Amino acid sequence: MSGSQVSGSQVSGSPHGSGDPGRAPVGRDEPGTGATSARSAPPAVEGAPGGRASSAPLLGGDTEPTLFELSRPGRRAWQLPTTGVPALAIEDLVPASYRRDAPPPLAEVSERDLVAHFTRLSHRQFSVDLGAYPLGSCTMKYNPKVCDAVAALPGLAAVHPAAPARLVQGWLALLVELEEALCAVTGMAAATLQPAAGAAGELTGLLMMRAWHQAQGRQRRTVVIPDSAHGTNPASVTLGGYDTVTVPTDPSGGVDLAALRRVLDEDVAGIMLTNPNTLGLFERDIEAVAGAVHDVGGLLYYDGANLNAIMGVVRPGDMGFDIVHLNLHKTFATPHGGGGPGAGPLAVTAALAPFLPGPRPVRTAGGPGDAPGGIRDPGSARYGWEQPERSIGRVHSWHGNALVLARALTYTLVHGADGLRQVAQLAVLNANWLRARLAGVFDVPFDRPCMHECVVSAAGLRREHGLRASDVAKALLDEGFHAPTVSFPLIVDDALMFEPTETESVQTLEALAQACERVVAEAATPGGPERIGNAPARTPVRRVDEARAARHLIPVADSVSGRPSPPTG
Amino acid sequence: MPGYWPHTGDDVEAMLAFLGLGSLDDLFAAVPDSLRLAAPLDLAAGVPEPDAAAHIDDLAAANRPVGRELVCFAGGGAYDHYLPPVTAALAGRSEFVTSYTPYQAEVAQGVLQAVFEFQTLLAHLAGVEIANASLYDGAAAVVEAVNLAVGVTGREDVWLSRGVNPSWRQVLGTLATGPGHRLVDVPLAGGLTRWPDAGGSPPPAALVVGYPNYLGCIEDLAAARAACDETGALLVVAFDPIAAGVLRSPGSWGADVVVGEGQALGLPLAFGGPYLGLFACRAAHVRRLPGRLVGQTVDADGRRAYVTTLRTREQDIRRERATSNVCTNQTLMAVTAAIQLGWLGPGGLAEVAMRCAQGTRYCRDAMLALDGVEPLADAPVVREFAVRLPADAATVVDRLADDGFLAGIALGPEYAGNGDGLLVAVTEKRTLREIDALVAAVDKAVR
Ligand SMILES: Cc1ncc(COP(=O)(O)O)c(C=O)c1O
Repeated sequence: MSGSQVSGSQVSGSPHGSGDPGRAPVGRDEPGTGATSARSAPPAVEGAPGGRASSAPLLGGDTEPTLFELSRPGRRAWQLPTTGVPALAIEDLVPASYRRDAPPPLAEVSERDLVAHFTRLSHRQFSVDLGAYPLGSCTMKYNPKVCDAVAALPGLAAVHPAAPARLVQGWLALLVELEEALCAVTGMAAATLQPAAGAAGELTGLLMMRAWHQAQGRQRRTVVIPDSAHGTNPASVTLGGYDTVTVPTDPSGGVDLAALRRVLDEDVAGIMLTNPNTLGLFERDIEAVAGAVHDVGGLLYYDGANLNAIMGVVRPGDMGFDIVHLNLHKTFATPHGGGGPGAGPLAVTAALAPFLPGPRPVRTAGGPGDAPGGIRDPGSARYGWEQPERSIGRVHSWHGNALVLARALTYTLVHGADGLRQVAQLAVLNANWLRARLAGVFDVPFDRPCMHECVVSAAGLRREHGLRASDVAKALLDEGFHAPTVSFPLIVDDALMFEPTETESVQTLEALAQACERVVAEAATPGGPERIGNAPARTPVRRVDEARAARHLIPVADSVSGRPSPPTG
Repeated sequence: MPGYWPHTGDDVEAMLAFLGLGSLDDLFAAVPDSLRLAAPLDLAAGVPEPDAAAHIDDLAAANRPVGRELVCFAGGGAYDHYLPPVTAALAGRSEFVTSYTPYQAEVAQGVLQAVFEFQTLLAHLAGVEIANASLYDGAAAVVEAVNLAVGVTGREDVWLSRGVNPSWRQVLGTLATGPGHRLVDVPLAGGLTRWPDAGGSPPPAALVVGYPNYLGCIEDLAAARAACDETGALLVVAFDPIAAGVLRSPGSWGADVVVGEGQALGLPLAFGGPYLGLFACRAAHVRRLPGRLVGQTVDADGRRAYVTTLRTREQDIRRERATSNVCTNQTLMAVTAAIQLGWLGPGGLAEVAMRCAQGTRYCRDAMLALDGVEPLADAPVVREFAVRLPADAATVVDRLADDGFLAGIALGPEYAGNGDGLLVAVTEKRTLREIDALVAAVDKAVR
């Protein structure tokens, strides 16, 4: 069976769009579904969805052998250059006591088998390039190929990070240009590009907060975060040497201002917020929040994970934030790489700039170039490194995830001021459209227009059919979509967080909504909950036993090249 | 206006109509008027992608990449190894490039299995039982190792060898201010770490040592292990995965945590990133492991499958009590390293390491034959060595760029007080002719 067959015949006749615009989606009349925000009946959407991946051959049934199972003694792929260097024996180079007595226990495969193996693995992997990936909070937008192409230029990719400044003027110019662009987007005065991801930016920002308070001659102990915050926020607070104070969310989905005022005192170093928050809602009281925190001498930290919602519309600096990180792998479309690399630059106000990590790339001579903040002549200025006056020090081995930064600058240049604003507008349009479209399908816990993502609840399915949000997620995989984020934010029961991003078409959004409808409809059929509880059925593997992985931990393959495992204990 | 969204004007109108809104601005009703930007961002207008690419190309042209025009003898944590086209071709597959953290295991077996294979390869290379799915870079791996050791021992002091890469030590210095670790600087003598007497100070949480160290010297890990046994500290070894092709594994010397920089495993120099933080350790510490871990399990049909596991250590579940704050890591670099190690195999890795050692020996001998060039350290080396020049090293590096060489890295004052120290790396790519030409150019430059 497949989800689409079962419910395709029951809910909407055509897989490519609702043939009957007047027809109410399933679930709309159920009690407690929070359908109030659907403005009108779902519109007719003509055309095939570009983001549905169900045509892809993700149907493989067999297990892919490991590299080690493919290994045969004596096979090899490697070839090395001829150098003419005298070939001394290893005995003459490394003292016996330090030498391995056997080559390292790795796999031995031919280049052909290596290519086939990793190509087959790639066929067992969903990706943005394959289909819609509405994973909330992660901004899985399309990653323009031109950005990968520039990152491969030898003039960028083959540059040694320790080369003297005069040999790397292009890189320094690129970094300065990106810093200035990010300051323009955030409304900040200066930035560091060293942090390798958002969480690294958070910790850097907290250490700057600490250094700033110390410079004011005071020692503070706590940092406030809302209960809707991402897990990296409290984890970073601890590593920054602070205790976390959590404030609740009010019924409209914002920070509970009264509760915030109660916890604010002279011990509070600052607050970490994202705006829009992780419910996808704009903190309307942000000015009051900023005022209250500043009144006790605290700083405001902006978690930029959700910046895609507001670029060109409103700047964190104008909202009163002092420190801002950006996730370039989200907002600036650099590819997520199966889990990384990212980049988490940090931008700050002028008061905090002296505390930035160093060394910083700076313009040492010459003007800022032709066009303010935009395309300029790299020959017109000279660049070097500078240590900020009261720098907290380095936070990266070198200068940050440089090739990610080059991609982000390219993306910024293509879009410019107008394009970035358009990105935000269309991201918010898509999310609201999907929200309205899903309002009759799932519960909508905070019933007001969202920003770039929407959080719905599958708690109704749990009450009525014993299904969890994670079951809905698995059933959506069978429909050819990546699942939304599940069970986050923690304050919503059975949360499903959809972030469609601006790069999905309305056809794809409609197909995604119909897929959700089919899952909900199937839940109400005989045997439906069991089928959904066992989903997915069409993926390379069926539901994976997570509990067993933790109980019987197997973190490495148990045989390599027929050699025994390394010592235990 | 250029862009990558699919919306036509009609789409936007129809979508707004469905929402009962009149304009795109209406979507932002929740943003107070007082905060909304009245003017466009202070950025140039967007340009078509060929124009943007041409601008980046201009910037790239203002750099001196390594290659024929600038033969690379610089290392210091970033090495010019041969990059086989097959590694980039496979790692560049868009399924690996454009996916994210494998939260939905059923559609992420590709990344999960590749990471599982990476963990296996790394654990075997390091000689310990487990490895994680990657950290940001070498520095981040050292920081996490120290955090783990402090957590295990409940102690605050960390004995940090000056042979650990100086910029990693700086990062550790920055990030140690949060939790309040006390870093004890342990100097080198003759290129090797001289550990302090156990009696003199509070017992440390960890000893951190490079293998080989920053000056290229192979440290005596037996001595480090003995100091750990005496003090009850954990042994943290920052190893070099290429030298591991010929050196005994850190685990075989009794390392508790093995960290390192994985750039040499198939990643370009890339002006310092994205690189790959390597983290492997004893199974006993698995519940304190930072970051993601992939485990093998089965699916509903009993077929072998992979999933991220022991997730309760991580920030999204454990929050302020998590073992680390890392979320986005360097998975694509770990996949690249797995492919590269697959391409190298045991024989290839051993051969690369041996050829590095051969070139390094030849180059070092030739340099030391020059008048006035002295060794900075005498201990055995694999891929890198340090000398004292009869001239300022930074000046020499600068001048040699005009002769077509990135001659090395001028060492800071903690290694060579008067700026005459030069750190030279020789990989398997360097030919006899290049090495001879470098030595001749150095000879000329120091006269
Ligand atoms: C709201 C929020 N904050 C912080 C982070 C952490 O960012 P990163 O994964 O780049 O470290 C994330 C990422 O998933 C996020 O969604």
